Amino acid sequence: MNPPTALRETRILDADGIRRAITRIAHEVVERNQGIDNVVVVGMQTGGVWIAERIHEAIGTIEPLRKVPLGAVDVSMYRDDISLRPVVPSAPTRIPCDLTGATVILVDDVLYTGRTVRAALEALNDHGRPRAVQLAVIVDRGHRELPIRPDFVGKNVPTHMADTVTVGPDGVLISSTMDTAG
Amino acid sequence: MARKNEFVIKGGTVVNHDGVSALDVRVKDGTVAEVGESLDGPEILDATGCFVSSGFVDLHTHLREPGKEEAETIETGSRAAAIGGYTAVVAMPNTDPAQDNVMVVEFVRAQGQKAGLVEVVPSGCITVGRAGTTLAPFSSLAAAGVRIFTDDGNGVQDPLLMRRALEYSRDLGIVLAQHCEVSRLTEGAVMHEGSCCSHMGVPGWPSIAEELMLHRDIELVRLTGAPMHFLHLSTAGSVELVRRAKADGLPVTAEVTPHHLALTDELLSGYDPLYKVNPPLRTMSDIGALKAGVADGTIDAVATDHAPHAPHAKEMPLDQAPPGMLGLETALGVVNTAVAPTPQRIAELFSWNPARIAGVHDRHGRPVAVGEPANIAVWNINEVWSVSRDRLASKSRNTPYHGMELRGRNRHTIFNGNVVVKEGKALR
Amino acid sequence: MKHLLSTAQLDAAAIGALLDVGDHMAEINARPVPKVPALRGKTVASVFFEDSTRTRLSFETAAKRLSADTMTFSASTSSVNKGESLRDTIETLAAMGVDAFVVRHKSSGVPEAITQWTDAVVVNAGDGWHQHPTQALLDAFTITRSFGDGNTMSGRRIAIVGDIKHSRVARSDIDVFTKMGAEVTLVAPATLLPVDVGSYGVSVAHGIDEVVASTDVLYMLRMQKERMDSALVPDISEYSARFGLDEERAGRLQPHALVMHPGPMNRGVEMLVDPGTLPGSRILAQVANGVSMRMAVLFTLLGGAPNGLSQGD
Repeated sequence: MNPPTALRETRILDADGIRRAITRIAHEVVERNQGIDNVVVVGMQTGGVWIAERIHEAIGTIEPLRKVPLGAVDVSMYRDDISLRPVVPSAPTRIPCDLTGATVILVDDVLYTGRTVRAALEALNDHGRPRAVQLAVIVDRGHRELPIRPDFVGKNVPTHMADTVTVGPDGVLISSTMDTAG
Repeated sequence: MARKNEFVIKGGTVVNHDGVSALDVRVKDGTVAEVGESLDGPEILDATGCFVSSGFVDLHTHLREPGKEEAETIETGSRAAAIGGYTAVVAMPNTDPAQDNVMVVEFVRAQGQKAGLVEVVPSGCITVGRAGTTLAPFSSLAAAGVRIFTDDGNGVQDPLLMRRALEYSRDLGIVLAQHCEVSRLTEGAVMHEGSCCSHMGVPGWPSIAEELMLHRDIELVRLTGAPMHFLHLSTAGSVELVRRAKADGLPVTAEVTPHHLALTDELLSGYDPLYKVNPPLRTMSDIGALKAGVADGTIDAVATDHAPHAPHAKEMPLDQAPPGMLGLETALGVVNTAVAPTPQRIAELFSWNPARIAGVHDRHGRPVAVGEPANIAVWNINEVWSVSRDRLASKSRNTPYHGMELRGRNRHTIFNGNVVVKEGKALR
Repeated sequence: MKHLLSTAQLDAAAIGALLDVGDHMAEINARPVPKVPALRGKTVASVFFEDSTRTRLSFETAAKRLSADTMTFSASTSSVNKGESLRDTIETLAAMGVDAFVVRHKSSGVPEAITQWTDAVVVNAGDGWHQHPTQALLDAFTITRSFGDGNTMSGRRIAIVGDIKHSRVARSDIDVFTKMGAEVTLVAPATLLPVDVGSYGVSVAHGIDEVVASTDVLYMLRMQKERMDSALVPDISEYSARFGLDEERAGRLQPHALVMHPGPMNRGVEMLVDPGTLPGSRILAQVANGVSMRMAVLFTLLGGAPNGLSQGD
């Protein structure tokens, strides 16, 4: 039996870093879409909801004349691993308008295998036919299993599959196990 | 199989009315030839650690033949009985055709003789077809040797009919045995009416349905002077009614089943029809009252109400499944484990009293003494054994004791001077 | 929890978790296309040995909205109603590949018995007088979401009126409502109350007039005409006089009070007023919520499990 491995925690972004990343992403969204016409911000339940709210707020500061709609999408009904492991639906989906013709800024905290985003794309399609979906994440940790790529990234952070990535308002934490042999 | 004409039951303790003593017993040519110390013989039946008494008599067995041979036959039922220590069983008349005529009675008796394991004593019906409308031919059945009459499975609902049956029976020296159940109060009933059935959402069988008929018939006994035997008492109220009737000197006797001394209605909360029985399993306080009745003599006998059912018959929704459980092979173990009577009380409950009630006391329930017919059971109240439904001699598997440990087991059975069960195994 | 056989399996937390999933399902049902792929590839078989088109359709709709495939076995013929074929029926259907059986039978305990004969999930859609768990869940959903109390009924007074003794809806509702903190009063003649009513944790009233002005929820049960035959109640008019909801009594309900009924209604017996005219009626909402809660149950048993969140990806 191996001795318990130590846990190493690295903070790769602090609260200010988060704030700056969100501001930059908001600017990139407005620049890329040449304004905010038909833009809808949708956070992924639950990790992306607070980030979507911050991005939405930041966009509101850049373009104060019109309000961009804000929503949240829960993907538990669309996951491809429903029978494989426990799935608890979190808060229900709230989409404020028909998404047909909209440019949806889909927001999540961490992009990993890409499967959750795939489920979210399917979920969004049940609320209309968006003109485009652009993905914004705070952290891209690699290890994609599907052809999904982010449009707006806070930080690219290479990780091991055994690592845990936690994103909160006070920063981003990577927890890795330290192997004595490694 | 060679007939064993002479053998010695060695190392056991003989149980008789006048005492319990460590004695050997020599059996020869069908009777008890010698009772004494340190006997020897051509063949020894080891009875170390066991009691030796007259063979058990079951007042209440369903042998299912004729009519339901897929559940049990007279032969397989006899074998189960012999293994349980019985040398005589009263066969209940709810066969198909019913035992309400001499032909069927003689058929059942003959099948029992052919099997040669126990004496099968056919009972007769009180009413034709047990339908409760016209009396069965008591006199011709009595002439054919029937002594106990019952409509078991049903109670006789009509009070006038019951009165007439009692009056008529008094002259013939037979005994009516009543299954007390006012059927209008138990329509659709599945289990005891109480808290358990209420939460389970099934119709209940209230205690009063038994007690009302018991009360009625006790008064009819008082009126007519005819004796009556009450089958499978199951409620505290019933015990008290019989106690008072006996205190009044009325000629009533009563039996209780092993399962009513051991199991409660809560066992049905999983909806398993294995525990469905008529009268139903009741509560701890009913069990307490029945045990007290056994202890003070209000209850005369243990009777198994052995009721085999083929597996597919019990694999039905609870309300559709037929009631009944096996009992012959586990009776001693269950009663000993639940009540732990003295050896003499065991012999009374299982042999002496039922033999008298069944009218076979000239050959069963006899003292173990020189000159008496050799119908003997050798039983060990300390043996602990585990019940397995797959290792029963009965053709059916519906025992509620599967997987349970019982203390008390019959070891050898001697019927008409022949060893029919040795070390728990039937020799025929 | 593998099967849903009885509300007895659920504590208040588990009930709350199911109601929360019900919110998700209600949102889905409000969409123009009320369908999600959650149970794609799963097969749900309705095995109804007792006629009930409404409940069966509700379950089938629920399964279809989760993209499951459905199979229907309706057996009201008497030969199959005899338990003889029960085991054979289940084993035959299971061999065709069934992930969940939704079972209704007139004998209490049948869904539990069925769990022995198949590895599939079993959902009790009503067994004898015993239980109808999804009805209790949809009733709890209707009440809590109408009052906006969250997942509790603490302090709410609920009166259940009618033939409690023979009602699986009543048994299930009593269990769920009391677990969630409601004060439940049963309103029925003594002949229609369950045996040992004291063990249910409820109060008892012997006429609807005793409760109508003070209750927060008036839950009316269907009074079957067959009950008149076994001397349980003398006749219909006597029943309606003491226990029926007529206009006069409806007028005395509190403004916020809900009126509910599991359906189908016996107009002229327990319902002497058109519920459509009652502002507090939630009878139609119950039907819609039935689909949501059955979706919630099917999803929880076949898809998710209320223990442990999934790892984010």
